[in-house]
Amino acid sequence: MKILVCISHVPDTTSKINFTNGDSEFDTNGVQFVINPNDEFGLTRAIWFKEKQGAQVTVINVGGVDTEPTLRKALAIGADEAIRINANPLDGTFVAKQLAEVVKNGSYDLVFAGKESLDYNGGMVPGMLSALVGYDFINSCEGIEVDGTSAKVIRQIDGGKETIAATLPLVIGTQKGIVEEKDLRIPNMRGIMTARTKALTVLEPIGVEAATKAVKFEKPAAKSAVKLIDPENLDELINLLHNEAKVI
Amino acid sequence: MSILIYAESAEGKFKKVALELASYAKNVATSMGTTVTAVTINATDVSELGNYGVDRVLVVSNDSLKTFNAKAYADVLKQAAQKEAAKLVVLSSSTDSLYLAPLVAVGLDAGYASNVVALPESTSPFVVKRTAFSNKAFNHSEILTDVKVIGLAKNSYGVVESISSLTKEDFSPVLNDADFSMKVEGVEKMSGKVTIADADIVVSGGRGLKGPENWGMLEELADVLGAALACSKPVSDLDWRSHEEHVGQTGKPVAANLYIAVGISGAIQHIAGINSSKVKVVINTDPEAPFFKVADYGIVGDAFQVVPKLTEKLKEFKAKNS
Repeated sequence: MKILVCISHVPDTTSKINFTNGDSEFDTNGVQFVINPNDEFGLTRAIWFKEKQGAQVTVINVGGVDTEPTLRKALAIGADEAIRINANPLDGTFVAKQLAEVVKNGSYDLVFAGKESLDYNGGMVPGMLSALVGYDFINSCEGIEVDGTSAKVIRQIDGGKETIAATLPLVIGTQKGIVEEKDLRIPNMRGIMTARTKALTVLEPIGVEAATKAVKFEKPAAKSAVKLIDPENLDELINLLHNEAKVI
Repeated sequence: MSILIYAESAEGKFKKVALELASYAKNVATSMGTTVTAVTINATDVSELGNYGVDRVLVVSNDSLKTFNAKAYADVLKQAAQKEAAKLVVLSSSTDSLYLAPLVAVGLDAGYASNVVALPESTSPFVVKRTAFSNKAFNHSEILTDVKVIGLAKNSYGVVESISSLTKEDFSPVLNDADFSMKVEGVEKMSGKVTIADADIVVSGGRGLKGPENWGMLEELADVLGAALACSKPVSDLDWRSHEEHVGQTGKPVAANLYIAVGISGAIQHIAGINSSKVKVVINTDPEAPFFKVADYGIVGDAFQVVPKLTEKLKEFKAKNS
């Protein structure tokens, strides 16, 4: 079984979000980058398939040379090889088309991609990728088992979950639940050392256009201070929620 | 040329997000000088859409579409958009619509902008405001393609009445075997409970509640408010509550009208997941808890005393106001 895990290189949640160049670009200055959490859940499950079912795991990212440490981290966690498509990830459509090119040429059985990334929160890439390559797609995946070419996949739905029977190849939108947080791995020294010698192939992008363009970024207006209410005067809270906020 | 929306229904009845989409699309259609067409799949009575500005409904009734199937539903929407020559398709941010939208976008060769929180800033060029960086910023995006798909964030526009003279047309899209290559074998759903996704009000508990045995008072508070129950990540990690209730960055997102956080300190990952809620109330003993920085209303106090009292007061309030 060949698994491709799509990795987004995203700012850590605790990062200060600032913009530069006339508020048209994200300011990466002083920002700590990590593997997108939803991708890391998928990567961890892929490593499980490697250890239990002999899967071969490739990680892929669309980004500049500055994203390579994130790919190396994925290799240190246990992926076998990495691919970097050497392009600025312009938008979901652009990234999905770049990835589709690799998937078409790579005969992967499973493609994992986080259901959404922490930076632009678009939630576009896994679905678009599946439609571009003609694979079946299951989003918001909370569990997957594979037996031969059959897969049982658990999908989160509003207010519960459903079990789906599907046939490989598949694109899976991953999230917490496919593995739990406690299953996530911190690379050990041996992993870090071997990651240095694993193959990291750099591919040039195919010529496609983005379908959207970020015109400008903006930070939310500063929030007014919290209104503190005396715990002995809860009528005041109810009054505010009813007459001021109008939510009850 | 009209604007196409997918009016989601459950057991034949429209979801609130369907009416919100209709209201939003009506406003956009008016500014663009066009009309709103809705697609419904196995909805029982589509006339309700005429109260929210929908001009025309493509009624799909098909037993093979009884359970949600992203590929087939995307095919339906694609064919409907082509039939109507729609240049703009508006979807919601429900789990199902988030699943569908990228498939529809590829099918129509359309650019897709998700998490849209306001009316388009301009329609030519087509620019929309979206949340990004887990609600820590907004991204003004231009969609560059001829056909456009947008996903409206929940509760970002609201439901606005607007009476239209609705026309209906039965619509039978052409579906193929490949649309049904996956089979849903089982569904587990909490019954009789308000889900976090649908709730207008969410009551959420954290580690400050000291143990799962203390959730009764939150359940009562949620009951009075018709709210869904949620919890912080530590609470779900400790197995005090099911992870179905975990909200935050790695849990479910919340975009409620009112979010009440009890005994939750407000870690940045938690806030990232709930911040698009309109009004936030925090109840916590620690006045330094970070949640107070993002809340609208705060009570510094012991949840074990405040919550039962608040529930009683709310019962009195509801009795008077209903």
